[in-house]
Amino acid sequence: MKKRLRKIIFSAILYLFSMCVKFDNIFINNILFFISYIIVGYEILRKAVRNILRGKVFDENFLMSVATIGAFGIGEFPEAVAVMLFYQIGELFQSYAVDKSRKSITSLMDIRPDYANVYRNGKEEKVDPDEVQIGEIIIIKPGEKVPLDGYLIEGKTNLDTKALTGESLPREVEENDEILSGSINLSGVIKLQVTKQFGESTVSKILDLVENASSKKSKSENFITKFAKYYTPIVVIIAVIIAIIPPIIIKDASFIDWLYRALSFLVVSCPCALVISIPLSFFGGIGGASKMGILIKGSNYLEALSKTETVVFDKTGTLTEGVFEVQKVEAIGISQEELLKISAYSEYYSNHPISKSVKKAYGKEIDEKQIIETKELSGLGIFAKIEEKEVLIGNEKLMNENQIKFTRCEEVGTVLYVAINKKYAGYILIADKIKEDSEKAIKDLKKMNIKRTVMLTGDRKKVGEAVSQKLNIDNVYTELLPDGKVQKVEELLKEKSDKGKVAFVGDGINDAPVLALADIGIAMGGLGADSAIEAADIVIMTDEPSKIVNAIKLSKKTMRIVNENIIFAIFVKIAVLMLSALGLSTMWEAVFADVGVSVIAIINALRVLNVKK
Amino acid sequence: MSIKFKIIGLDCANCAAELERAIQKVSGVENANINFMMQRMELEFDENHREEIIDKIKKVIKKEEPDVIIEEM
Repeated sequence: MKKRLRKIIFSAILYLFSMCVKFDNIFINNILFFISYIIVGYEILRKAVRNILRGKVFDENFLMSVATIGAFGIGEFPEAVAVMLFYQIGELFQSYAVDKSRKSITSLMDIRPDYANVYRNGKEEKVDPDEVQIGEIIIIKPGEKVPLDGYLIEGKTNLDTKALTGESLPREVEENDEILSGSINLSGVIKLQVTKQFGESTVSKILDLVENASSKKSKSENFITKFAKYYTPIVVIIAVIIAIIPPIIIKDASFIDWLYRALSFLVVSCPCALVISIPLSFFGGIGGASKMGILIKGSNYLEALSKTETVVFDKTGTLTEGVFEVQKVEAIGISQEELLKISAYSEYYSNHPISKSVKKAYGKEIDEKQIIETKELSGLGIFAKIEEKEVLIGNEKLMNENQIKFTRCEEVGTVLYVAINKKYAGYILIADKIKEDSEKAIKDLKKMNIKRTVMLTGDRKKVGEAVSQKLNIDNVYTELLPDGKVQKVEELLKEKSDKGKVAFVGDGINDAPVLALADIGIAMGGLGADSAIEAADIVIMTDEPSKIVNAIKLSKKTMRIVNENIIFAIFVKIAVLMLSALGLSTMWEAVFADVGVSVIAIINALRVLNVKK
Repeated sequence: MSIKFKIIGLDCANCAAELERAIQKVSGVENANINFMMQRMELEFDENHREEIIDKIKKVIKKEEPDVIIEEM
């Protein structure tokens, strides 16, 4: 590239010199122009000759050579050099831009680990991550990349997961935590027991996805390749006609004049601007998204995303945390702490998720000696004797059967009523928590003119409706079995408008069929869940629903730029073609329509890369 | 069967599209997809004639874009 740049600069200086200094003998100027032309155009001429010998006629090298040699032939020396010079500048700029955006994506590939420190025969060995087997122990020092997925067995540290999730805050990890490859160890030395081979590790999956991201082409890209296929031959044929027919049929027509017009056509005949700027925009969009922790599997999905009309959410794990937690402790007559303690003791021997969440909320060690007796009352709850207190803990029915007067809790979730010595002592509310940014995500989607938001859930009607109401979701369908979700999405696909798209957002567990059925399947919290990465079209690495808003915004921005470029480039080219046919424009305008438009379109395309993090 | 190639020396997007079309026409090739931005090519072809097809493709490349080299990944 440097060599090319030197040639261009040298040639440009010579060209300007020859333009500004007029020698008495015009011949000297022409020689200077010619030298300048050879310096910058030699490579093109060489390729053109080679390609003609191979029978390739509509090759841009050939077209540029014909146009410039033709210009020399009719005595337009400055134009001939300028066309070649600007063409080369455009090419150089183009490869610079492509290089730049390619780098921005490949920087994401820096997560590829080069080695793993594996513990073998009592010694530490540096090996290729590929060679490490499941179950082996690896050591990761501060500053090193985690090469394979595994469990932390020794040590404590902070991990930088920015490359994976776009999340800039480091993640604290300790023993027994699951560690994903691709993150960077920031502070302490840790030991990991490997759980997956390198090829199956998160880092390999992500790299694979990113490398193949732009291979699925969008409609716009296909349109442009088709357009390019016909555009060049048509323009060249018209150029030939212009050069030959008018001088024959029009009286007094100057052959030179018409030839000049035809040569201008050849300069505009390259569809380069379009062919490069469209994929570049999509590539930028996909790269920008991955910086935010959103992986898009192809330009076609980015294009579809911009037309999203209906967004369908799965509830559990997508809009809610998917974890049952004690949300509220209402104690009557005793302290909250005491109520929680008695409940945790009573639930001590039960393995029900509800019991687990009560024990987790209590969080302290349980002294088994205090538990005299516990008995599960099927469908009702638990009877327990904790020291001398007789505890009844369970649902409404349990209270009613024991004739205990209580106040009904109207909140949504599972309610555990507690009675101590046959006296009502309060309740504990356990529910799946709505994610912090769910509400904002729905609100922002509505602001972006998403026509319809829908929530599907297998959960009970009351719970589902309460969540959707709180989040202000348009439609909610509850108590659905997995095939019920498929059916609903099929209905929604029928109800949307022709061009609109239906996106389904799920956590990738159990909803692979729906992810595949929707126009756009978005899996959330994809880190670590292989099935989600495979089934979805778009994978959101974190579990924030607001990332969907970011993704749609980015897709709209990308499509706007793509359309701007298509319209701008085609409009300018056709305008200049018409003007040159009429003899109203010179070769200078043609150079602009070719190189200028390319440069502007590329600069426009590079805008996509600038995303707010 | 599908294999991936690294493409070296492909410097124009339009040439990439033309090359892709030319390779798609090679008999035995089921699909060819050139990813200009990543400089990759994914090729689906008839497994029984592997060597023969790759040979033909290399010839097509030599004709269309003599500066381009492909390397199997």
